[in-house]
Amino acid sequence: MTAFTLAEARDALKAKKISSQELTAALVKVVEAARPLNAYVTETPEKALAMAKASDARLAKGEGGALEGLPLAIKDLFCTKGVRTTAGSKILGNFVPPYESTVTQNLWNAGAVMLGKTNMDEFAMGSSNETSTHGPVFNPWRARNSNTNLVPGGSSGGSSAAVAAGLCLAATGTDTGGSIRQPAAVTGIVGLKPTYGRCSRWGIVAFASSLDQAGPMTQTVRDAAILLKSMASVDPKDSTSVDLPVPDYEKQLEGGVKGLKVGIPREYRMDGAPPEIAALWDKGAEWLKAQGAEIIEISLPHTKYALPTYYIVAPAEASSNLARYDGVRFGYRAKGARDITDLYEKSRAEGFGPEVQRRILIGTYVLSAGYYDAYYARAQKLRTLIARDFTEAYKKCDVILTPATPGPAFAVGDKSDDPVAMYLNDVFTVTVNLAGLPGLAVPAGLTANGLPLGLQLIGKAFDEGTVLRAGLAIEQAANFTHKPENWWAT
Amino acid sequence: MSVDKDTVRRIAGLARLAVPAEKLEPLAGELNGIFNWVEMLNEVDVEGVPAMTSVAAQKPKWRADVVSDGGEASALMQNAPEHEGTFFVVPKVVE
Repeated sequence: MTAFTLAEARDALKAKKISSQELTAALVKVVEAARPLNAYVTETPEKALAMAKASDARLAKGEGGALEGLPLAIKDLFCTKGVRTTAGSKILGNFVPPYESTVTQNLWNAGAVMLGKTNMDEFAMGSSNETSTHGPVFNPWRARNSNTNLVPGGSSGGSSAAVAAGLCLAATGTDTGGSIRQPAAVTGIVGLKPTYGRCSRWGIVAFASSLDQAGPMTQTVRDAAILLKSMASVDPKDSTSVDLPVPDYEKQLEGGVKGLKVGIPREYRMDGAPPEIAALWDKGAEWLKAQGAEIIEISLPHTKYALPTYYIVAPAEASSNLARYDGVRFGYRAKGARDITDLYEKSRAEGFGPEVQRRILIGTYVLSAGYYDAYYARAQKLRTLIARDFTEAYKKCDVILTPATPGPAFAVGDKSDDPVAMYLNDVFTVTVNLAGLPGLAVPAGLTANGLPLGLQLIGKAFDEGTVLRAGLAIEQAANFTHKPENWWAT
Repeated sequence: MSVDKDTVRRIAGLARLAVPAEKLEPLAGELNGIFNWVEMLNEVDVEGVPAMTSVAAQKPKWRADVVSDGGEASALMQNAPEHEGTFFVVPKVVE
């Protein structure tokens, strides 16, 4: 029962083969036994069982929403009313939001059940879930014949590990530079970053407001379509929420890829990338071709400038967004401050971890007098050029196929000493955030030593339907049915 | 452009982050590593390219100028590190 996909559980509940209370109780047990993975930072079993009971009552009457009775995990970046929300940071302390984020409210309105809040890199800054104040998450996957703990990717590392280990039916994530797709790829699951403006950002702890977007992390492409449908909405509380009706993404899965023009960007062939990545990418193109798609070589000439552009734009926005953490109105307050400035400076120095402080300093610097034009203004122009690359490419193709990550999951501690090496994990995903487009990571194969790798599909703005349909074609051809061996259960 | 100890001290002040003296030098090194990498953006000719200032594919929205929420002072106080009634308590600001 706990091995159900979201779609299977939905159908079983509707057919009254199982109850939400049975399903939820079973998952609560699995979650408790998986504590060594550190995927959840807050478990909410009582709330989950109460929600499941209410769902069962609705289902018994033949009522219920699109996600009625389905247990989910929520990234700890989403504010949840009455349930501690930390964003992986000490500075939020025991912050208990008096309000609910729009995305999670949409999920509860659709009948979903909350199992708990998942671990993440502090303020979503990281690609390995190692910057969390709650400690690292371990990837359920290990290399063949190895006991080395690997990272689950980041920043949505608790969500990726929870889905991959079967600790929920599906989870929410957020993606600012790759934080849904990269962890999904290295844990063998599906992750979708929707078009900027598709899901409301209201009530999600802000990192970089022009890049942040919430999305589903699931076992299958169909599940991603189902979950996105309920997460997305037009929200008056978020002025960047775009006024377009939310389509039935599950229905849009039908129709196949015959005649679809798939672009292969030559700039994504990176020097020094492992040959397994390139081979998998070629295979992905062949799979789509075999199902009737047309493969077209395209060029995205400014690709190599995307990461450095991101590391100006995102820290600049973060330094501004994170100014609100001052030790006065909520969260952590340092002891023994001499005066108000000392209170701010000490609370922030003690409350933020090293990576967050590094990014606040970068952001403050690139926005400061004398450096603004050289860094921030230039980066915003580069961003225009990067987005233009895609506009040009979409004159020739409908969807773009790339690798999702430059490699498989790496060992805990491997890249923590070199910020730039860590940043390079997002080399294939970050362009998509800068251009505001939808991107989907789909598991497509295993490395020689048994670790999952993913492919990425990039679509036109608000064309999640095509992205999901192409993703389904990859999923079916890859037939990725591998599961990690359970080494963690207590 | 290279970041030195004094620059780190200055930007840490702007960012309201207490940085201990012995951390200034290592931080300058880390930031320089990142800024040296970012330097590659100078290769690109951006003459005449407009800055991207909006990602959402629509004009900024208008909304009615009405009170739609609020009056929750005591709920907001629940997360305050120190408060008296509905006032936040901070160290003395005016001597």
